[in-house]
Amino acid sequence: MQIMMDVAASGTKLPFGNNVLTAVLGYGVVFLGLMMLMGIVYVMGTIFKAKTNRLEPLKVAKLPTVGSQSPQKLKEPQGEPAPGTAGEVKLYGVPDKEAAMIMAIVASQMGKPLNELRFKSIKEVKEDEV
Amino acid sequence: MNIVDTLKKLLGESGFAGFFQNGGWQNAVMIVIACVLLYLGIKKKFEPLLLVGIAFGCLLVNVSYFLNLTEADALYHPELWNNFLDEGSEFYHDYGHILAHGGFLDILYIGVKAGIYPSLIFMGVGAMTDFGPLIARPSSLILGAAAQLGVFLAFFGANLIGFTGNQAASIGIIGGADGPTAIYLTTKLAPELLGAIAIAAYSYMALIPMIQPPIMKLLTTKKEREVVMTQARPVSKTEKIIFPIVVTIFCVLLLPSTAPLIGCLMLGNLWRECGVTERLSDTAQNALMNIITIFLGISVGATMAGSQFLRLQTLYIIVLGLTAFCFSTVGGLLVGKLMYKLTGGKINPLIGSAGVSAVPMAARVAQIEGQKANPKNFLLMHAMGPNVAGVIGSAIAAGFLLKVFGG
Repeated sequence: MQIMMDVAASGTKLPFGNNVLTAVLGYGVVFLGLMMLMGIVYVMGTIFKAKTNRLEPLKVAKLPTVGSQSPQKLKEPQGEPAPGTAGEVKLYGVPDKEAAMIMAIVASQMGKPLNELRFKSIKEVKEDEV
Repeated sequence: MNIVDTLKKLLGESGFAGFFQNGGWQNAVMIVIACVLLYLGIKKKFEPLLLVGIAFGCLLVNVSYFLNLTEADALYHPELWNNFLDEGSEFYHDYGHILAHGGFLDILYIGVKAGIYPSLIFMGVGAMTDFGPLIARPSSLILGAAAQLGVFLAFFGANLIGFTGNQAASIGIIGGADGPTAIYLTTKLAPELLGAIAIAAYSYMALIPMIQPPIMKLLTTKKEREVVMTQARPVSKTEKIIFPIVVTIFCVLLLPSTAPLIGCLMLGNLWRECGVTERLSDTAQNALMNIITIFLGISVGATMAGSQFLRLQTLYIIVLGLTAFCFSTVGGLLVGKLMYKLTGGKINPLIGSAGVSAVPMAARVAQIEGQKANPKNFLLMHAMGPNVAGVIGSAIAAGFLLKVFGG
């Protein structure tokens, strides 16, 4: 059925063969393009996974082992915190729950995950101290 | 001039008189259509951010432009744009003529005609999109490609029933379920169809929760829909930064005609991910996006003048657009089923339906249907991979069609 319609000055109706060819070719190009992109993303992912795996044992090696320290020492860690941990936060007049809430708010405001931030201490400032 | 003559002149030149002129009924019909679209946008919440603007643009043009009345006061002048597109006209591709003689909507429409608005919308989309699920599971790209089936089937169908190659390409891209891409391609190839194609594209995108579920149920078994997928690997920040750069280089080298869309999409995404341009990312996804949405909606609506829109071909576009959407869903689901078989049942085929690029609506539909089959199923993040792959897929499809028909 041929409809009466305006024909764009620059455009013409495609012959059947060309129509099929263009449709198949177009779908093929989209598939090919995205499959090639998939290959690139796979390669990228493999490289990054390999890099992460290489760094992982180093991080684990630096972590303190539980059996090597006395319970007393574990309560008060000495020196620099181990890589990958946030270390220890000292609380002055702030309950644990409130401290957790404050840290979550700060992380949210900064737009960074909590495990990428290090809090050294949280101190309550009384009104009369201001 | 006495008062009676003045009143007669005022009445004769008013829009009310226009309704009784030759072709004036078309404006009346279009005003009704605009009101229906406003109802759908406001009451039914069908893509309201764009549909309300499009509908109001349609309303404005049909109360200000009448075929047989003076056109000086019209907000949009189809004849100016016909001259602009006519190679034989002295005003061929003459933006100066449009600026000098155009109305408010003509001037806004320049941004559509030049392909500025769709590209800037893509910038905002990029700034809002997390490509993490796609990077974690690159096979999602296959589903994004499969879901472009409707584009090329609708293109084939449109050619068969008599549309020109350019028009068929613009109709087919509705199946990409990507409004800005559809507008971009149509403006370049068949601007005379812009109003109908934009309406079809955005209406069907809004109707995805109604269009897709029956097809999903028809093509998948309950066992397939119940599949719980394992969590994808975490993606590092560096990967997310490198991804938009790699995609831009690859896609633009493959099809240079995709440069405006892919380039803007990936630039927006790079702003989001690189961590040093929060202000730009925020502007692209909020202020800029909102401003461009206002301009785009109202100026696309302006192309819906009664004399241009009320044609039999508009009806065909609506039907072909729906066909394109359905077959795109079918394409994604069929390849999803294939992946289900190949992976020994690890991939839930429902995520294939999200390969149509309506982000994040299609992914949400996959999540809802998956959860209906198995309440413990959380497919949303798995479906986001094919969903954003569909955006890249539809841009490549548009780039291909533009290359073939755009000269």
